[in-house]
This record gives sequence, C-alpha cells and structure tokens, in this order.
Amino acid sequence: MLSEIGVRSLDELFDRQIPAAVRLQRPLDLPAGMAEQDVYEHLRALAARNTSAEDEISFLGAGMYDHYVPAVVDMLMERSEFLTPYTPYQPEISQGGLQVMFEYQTAISELTALPVSNASVYEGPSAVAAAAYLAKLANGKPKVVVSRGVHPHARAALRTLAAGYGHEVVEVGLRDGVTDAAAWAGAIDQDTGAVIFQQPNFLGAVEDAAALAAAAKDSPAVVVGSYDPIPLGILKPPGEVGVDVAVGEGQSLGNRLDFGGPSFGYFAATDAYLRRMPGRIAGETHDVDGKRGFVLTLQTREQHIRREKATSNICTAQALNALAGVVYLTWLGRHGLVELGELLLQRTHYAREALTAVDGVEALHEQPVVREFALRLDAPVDRVIARCQDAGINPGFAIGREYDEYPDGLLVALTERRSKEHIDRLADILGAAVAAERHSAGVSA
Amino acid sequence: MTQTIFEKGAPGRRAFTCPPLDVPAVDGLLPEAFRRAQEPRLPEVSEPELVRHYVNLSKRNFDLDSGFYPLGSCTMKHNPRLHERVAALPGHSRLHPLQDPARAQGALELMWNLERALAEVAGLPHVSLQPSAGSHGELAGVLLTKALHADHGEARTKVLTPDTAHGTNPATVTMAGYELVKLGTNADGGVDIDDLRAKADETVACLMLTNPNTLGIFDHNIEEIAEIVHEVGATLYYDGANLNAVMGISRPGDMGFDIVHFNLHKSFTQPHGGGGPGSGPIAVAEHIEPYLPRPVIVQGADGTFDLDDHRPKSIGKLRGFQGNYGCFVRSYAYIRSLGAEGLKDASETAVLNANYLLARLRTLGALNKLPLAYGELCMHEFVLSGAPMKRDLQIRTLDLAKRLLDHGFHPPTVYFPLLVDEALLIEPTETETRETLDAFAEALAEILREAADDPSVARNAPYSTPVRRLDEAAAAKHPVIRQAF
Repeated sequence: MLSEIGVRSLDELFDRQIPAAVRLQRPLDLPAGMAEQDVYEHLRALAARNTSAEDEISFLGAGMYDHYVPAVVDMLMERSEFLTPYTPYQPEISQGGLQVMFEYQTAISELTALPVSNASVYEGPSAVAAAAYLAKLANGKPKVVVSRGVHPHARAALRTLAAGYGHEVVEVGLRDGVTDAAAWAGAIDQDTGAVIFQQPNFLGAVEDAAALAAAAKDSPAVVVGSYDPIPLGILKPPGEVGVDVAVGEGQSLGNRLDFGGPSFGYFAATDAYLRRMPGRIAGETHDVDGKRGFVLTLQTREQHIRREKATSNICTAQALNALAGVVYLTWLGRHGLVELGELLLQRTHYAREALTAVDGVEALHEQPVVREFALRLDAPVDRVIARCQDAGINPGFAIGREYDEYPDGLLVALTERRSKEHIDRLADILGAAVAAERHSAGVSA
Repeated sequence: MTQTIFEKGAPGRRAFTCPPLDVPAVDGLLPEAFRRAQEPRLPEVSEPELVRHYVNLSKRNFDLDSGFYPLGSCTMKHNPRLHERVAALPGHSRLHPLQDPARAQGALELMWNLERALAEVAGLPHVSLQPSAGSHGELAGVLLTKALHADHGEARTKVLTPDTAHGTNPATVTMAGYELVKLGTNADGGVDIDDLRAKADETVACLMLTNPNTLGIFDHNIEEIAEIVHEVGATLYYDGANLNAVMGISRPGDMGFDIVHFNLHKSFTQPHGGGGPGSGPIAVAEHIEPYLPRPVIVQGADGTFDLDDHRPKSIGKLRGFQGNYGCFVRSYAYIRSLGAEGLKDASETAVLNANYLLARLRTLGALNKLPLAYGELCMHEFVLSGAPMKRDLQIRTLDLAKRLLDHGFHPPTVYFPLLVDEALLIEPTETETRETLDAFAEALAEILREAADDPSVARNAPYSTPVRRLDEAAAAKHPVIRQAF
C-alpha cells in the first residue's frame, strides 16, 4: 500500500503533513489493549458495583422511569440495518429509517394532538431549552417565564442556553403543588417570548394546563408544555389546551434508564412553527416511477444548508431511540396506552393512600396525580432513603436535593412494574425507616 | 406500495397485555376537565405484524454492517458487537440516573476512567462527558468561552470560523449569541493567515477550527494560528469530528487548542443509529475548568467517586442528568480493547487507507475527471472536485453518488465542503480492507468510463434500490410529514 502511495514508510505520511513540534513523541499514557473476553469481564465487574432497578424495588422517577422494555424493541434496535447507518442522506437506500421517522412523527403528533413533529431531539430537558430558542427566533421577545414545576434540569438547561443569547429567565413558584396562577399571570407581559410549564409537574401534580395556556393569550408568548408521554392516553393532550409547542423526555417510551441516556426528546408544534422546527423532519414523496417514498425535508431550516441562519445547530439526534419509541407505542397500541394510563392512575392513588397512612408521612400536596406523587416526611429524607435501600427498596427522590422550599419532600414514582405487593412493602419499610429515624432523633434529643 | 404501520392492522389487535388491576378501583381520580376525550390513533397490530413490519423496513436500509460507507467527516468505522453486549448489562442499562452515587460507583468509575482517557487523547486536563452530540459539545465550548470572558469582565461579540467549517459551527455561533466572521482558505487548504491576522482583535471571543480540516488537510500553521488567537485573548476551539486522523499522533492540546469536543459516535465507535444517539464530551484547559457543566465527577481521598453539583462558576447544565452513559460504556469498552497502541494504530491505518484509496484513484486515472481539491497527500479523508467530470462527461457529483448505489456502495459526502465545486468528501476509515478500497476505486473509475459512453446511465441512476430518485422538491413544497387519517 505504501508503494502505491509513493512513500517509504507510514512515518513519512505523517512527517510530510504534521509539523514535528505538534507530534506526540511518546505513546499515549493509557492501559494496554485487552482481549474481548477480558473487556467483558471488566465491564461486567463495573456493572456489578451499581445498584440498578434489577437489584432493588425502585420507586425512583423524577424524569426517568423504570418501565418494561419489550423484547421486540431490543431485537429491532440491535438489527444492523437500524443500528449502524448514518443519518439518511441518501434516501434511495434509507427508506427503512426514513419511514420509521415518518411513523414516529405520526405517533408523536397523535400523542400530543399537534400537527407537526420532528424526528427527535437529544432528550427532555434540552428540548425545553430548544423550545425557548424556537420562541426567540419566532418573536424575539427577551423574557422567558418558566414554572418551578418544570424539571430542575430543564430549567437549568434553559438558563444555560438563554445566557448565550442574553434572554432573561423568570421562574414562577408553586402553590399547593401546582404553578401559582396569580404569579404566573403576573409574570407574563408584552416582553414575554415563551411561557413554559410541565405536565404533570415535577411534584407529580396535574396542572390546569388550559388555564396556564390561557393566561398567555394576550401576550406574544409561545406556550410551551413539557409533557410526560406515558399519561397521554388519559390526560388531555397539549394540542387541545392551547399549547403551541409540546416537548418532553421520551425515555419512558421503550428506552432503558441507562443512567440517564441515551434516550430521546420529542418536539411537536402547531403548523405555525413548521418552518422554525429544529432537527430532522421526514416527509412523504414519490420517486421517478411514481413509487411512494420518504425523504428528509424542509432542510433549508438546518445547519448543513443554512449554517449561521439555521433554526438550530442540531445534527446527530436520537434516531435509534426514537425508533424504540415508535415501536413501543405500536406494541402498546391504541388501547394499551389508555389501559396503562388507567392502571398507573389507580396504583398511584393506592400508593398515595397507603403511604400517607404511615406515621410521620403526609402528602406534600393534594392535587390529582397520575404516576408520581410527593410526600413530606417527618424525618431526614436522605437517611430514610438509605434505610429503605438497605432493606431492598428505593423509595424515591429526595426533593430537597433540587428544591430548598421542600427539604422534607420525597417524590415517589410508579410504573407498571410496581405492583400492589411492592407498594405494600414500601409502606411497611418506609414506616419502619421513618419510625427509626424519629426514634434516633428522639434519643439524641 | 409500502404501507405505514398506521395503514396496517385491524381494530382490537394488540401486542401488549396490561397487568391486571390489583388495587381497588376508584372513580373520579382525574377531573373530567383534565381527561382526554379521544385516545391517540396509535396502530392496532399483533406482535407478529409489528415484527414483520419493522424487519421488512429494516431491509430497506443500507448499513455499515452490509457494506462500505465512506461518508466523509462521519467516520463510519466498524461498531464492535461486544459494546452492545456490555451496554445491555442490567447494572448499566437499568441504572437510574438519580441513584445515590454511593450505589453507582461502577458507573462513576467508568465515567472517571473515560474522562481520563479522553483527556490524554486530547492533551488537555479536564473533561465533561455531558454534551449529547458534537453540536452540543460545540455549544458547550462557545458558552464556556463566554463564561470565561464574562468572568474577566469582558463582553466579546465575534466568533471566527473558516469557510471549510462544518455547518454546525456557524449555527452554534448564532445560538450562543455571537456574530459569525468567516475566514478564507489559503492555497494549501489551511486557514488564510493574513485574513486571520486582519480579523483577530479584542472583539473576537473564539476561533473554531477542525484539524485536520474538512479538506482532509492538516493545517501546518497551527502553532502560529494559536499564537495569533491567544494574543488577542480569544480561545481556540477544536471541532473533534476529524479526531480519527490523529489519535496518539498529535494532540489538540499540544497544538494550542483550549477546548476540544469528541464525537463518541465517530472516533469511538458508538453506532450512528441512523441519526443518533451520539455523545459529544469536551476537554478543556486548566483555566476553563471552573466553568465546566455541572455536575462534575470527583474522587475522594478514599478512592470513592461522587458528583459535585456545587460549582458557582459553571455554565450550568446542557441537558438532564450526566449525559449519554450508554454511549460512554461503548466508547470505554473500545478504548480498553484497543489501548494506547491500538488507538494510534487505528489513526495510522485510517490515514493509510485514505491515502491508498487516493493513490488507487490516481492510478486508475479517475483523478483526471475528479481532481484532488487541495494538496497531494491527505489525512484520514480527502476531497475531490467533480467540476471537470461535470464539464467533460455531463454528469454531476450527485449522479456519480447515485450510480455508486447500484454498485453496492454508500456514496461519499457530497457537495461539502462548500468551497469545492461539486465536492466529494471521502473517508474510508481504518476498518476497511485493501480489497474493499480496490473495489470502490474500480467502481468509481467504471462509472466515469460508463459516463464517457453514455452519461444518461448515471443521470438516471439508481436502478437497483428499493426506490429510485425521489422528488425532494415536491416533499418540501407540500410537506406531508405525518400519516393522514
């Protein structure tokens, strides 16, 4: 090969192109390579040092949920034809992936009752920030109003991005577990470019989404709702309450927990924002023989065509995770999503009743909940959680880690994998843990 | 005609069995005003129908496991299957991101080790794994620059990028609230130094550069470029899309870069998934470390790992949780499989393969119609211009690309970089054999011969694909982006 190229050595190839001063003159300081079976053992040993949802009964949610991932999802995600291609730049040989995107867009559009969906963005929290950027491009107004019911990571991502283009982010607090309606209405003015709430909110409470959207009606603001997709079989969808842009974390739809990613974010909107959408969009067309086919469309929005005038810098998104999403929704089917929503609604109610019956535990709010709810503990939350985990149950998320106003809060999440038996056990163990902490506090006092 | 999943099935069909209601049913838990009236019109199919539909769709995709995929700047290298196996271990795949760090020590150790390895490859001391893809890493890098300058009481307004830059660079500049200033390219394919000198002043925050750049050219003036940029107090940003050319050979930190992003889905074998997921970690110099996204992984004196979220100067968070951990598992497995020598060998072979393919094309006479745009040698990829082919043979680069499909190859990147007329950007990667490179060169030469006889063959290609050329203009003019019911 070297003689074909016309060089004497591999070194010559580099010597002729890279100045010696910037060549690395030593080997990389990394461990030596390993055989496949040894790498497997190393990675297995690391995995064994984690306590996963396989190892404990977990009620941890707060943005990612331990739903069952059907076997067909794994099988399809592992197929070379879906796993290993690049973004479909050559549509003639990418009809499979492009049609999956089209079907995914349809499924998201149906879930949200909004006519436009892109083919995925990175994940939930950054999708919230991306929605605010869409609003910035659409109306240029310098203020974003966001409910503190929005996931703290999403609010953080929003602030990070808004700091770049210099917009102000105003947070509106919660009252009785939901966005404070008066403060919300008061914060929205003619300088407000976007208003953002989450449904259900971070504390699990179902917001009066129609009222939140209506409060922005006389302002220029784009109404953004960040929706958990799982309850959308039973909850009124964003498109029916006045939401302009719906986004959300797609992990619950057939994606693993994976310690936080990769999953996907969905991004849907009204027709008015079609040409301001970030990311890929698949569209239907036909070939020269009149055969139905699919292509990436409206690409003049995108960075590879429009460069500094693009609607977003996103390139690689989450196609494989979105595939898992549409396969999961197909697996659930039209009635399955509703049945799943009803099951979670009932079990969540049962769990809230069972846990608030425990001594030293009360509801943090009384709002309707569908899959997650917030409690107050009369004992140090972190220590109660540790006691429960030692007994094989993860009771949920210590809300005080993100909210100074709820230092005693515990957020408990349900999936279809958490049965009545699990809930009853949680009630027993949580009760014992709270009692033990109160006892030791009493003793030390 | 291909039906969508929404056009298949029948009422009542399903794959999912809902667990039985095991708690007392209670009415009225959700106020009627909050209830959905009509369920979403999701498909109604059985599991066998679902499987057949998506497996059949998969067969309408070309993929890296089936054939050569020399898509320039995308680094389509082999994706070892071990990585899928280890990423699927429940200890990784069912680990909740909010698990107590004390009970996620394996994951944090893996991330720590990956950070250390990436820092060594970059030649920069600190790494954040958080960004979700290359473009997200770019945004992080430019926002870090903004935070650095703001911390020093400076408000700079411009970011420089060369005209060879990936489209994500200028788009990122705008998103981060800067004005874009373009730099010209010199006769060698590198940054026009005079243009840089003229434009580099105290208003410039950053220069974003890819090295080797999208022409496959290593900019040999890189030290001088770094000096000019640093003299005016700007940062030098390294777009890591082309890192596959220099692992273990030349380090961005040693070239003078302050911030680097990696594409784990390019150099480090995360499968592309048909358009993601990816992962875009960043490495930074010491003076930029205080601004890194939060949380950062820290190691205590006892060797245990924790997440530090209390970082007063941090730019904040770019996304939820700690990043795309599933990608970290795969890339870490790759780095441990190859080790120091293996990574260097990968880059050497990538550059060797690119130069060999270029030489084969020269030997076969293909470069007469498709001349190399810049230079004589190349790094891991090279750019040909289809302008003479278009003039002499009456076929465009697009036609050549479409005809390659009939030969069973994925075409190179086409019409990029923008400054080369009728560009073809070819990146073979290190995991292809000499036989594959020979066959691809032959196919290109054959298409040129065929066009000399009858250009209409290429102009109407492809013929052997599931569909033929698609009407993209119609798709954009009257967008149909969802199933109609």
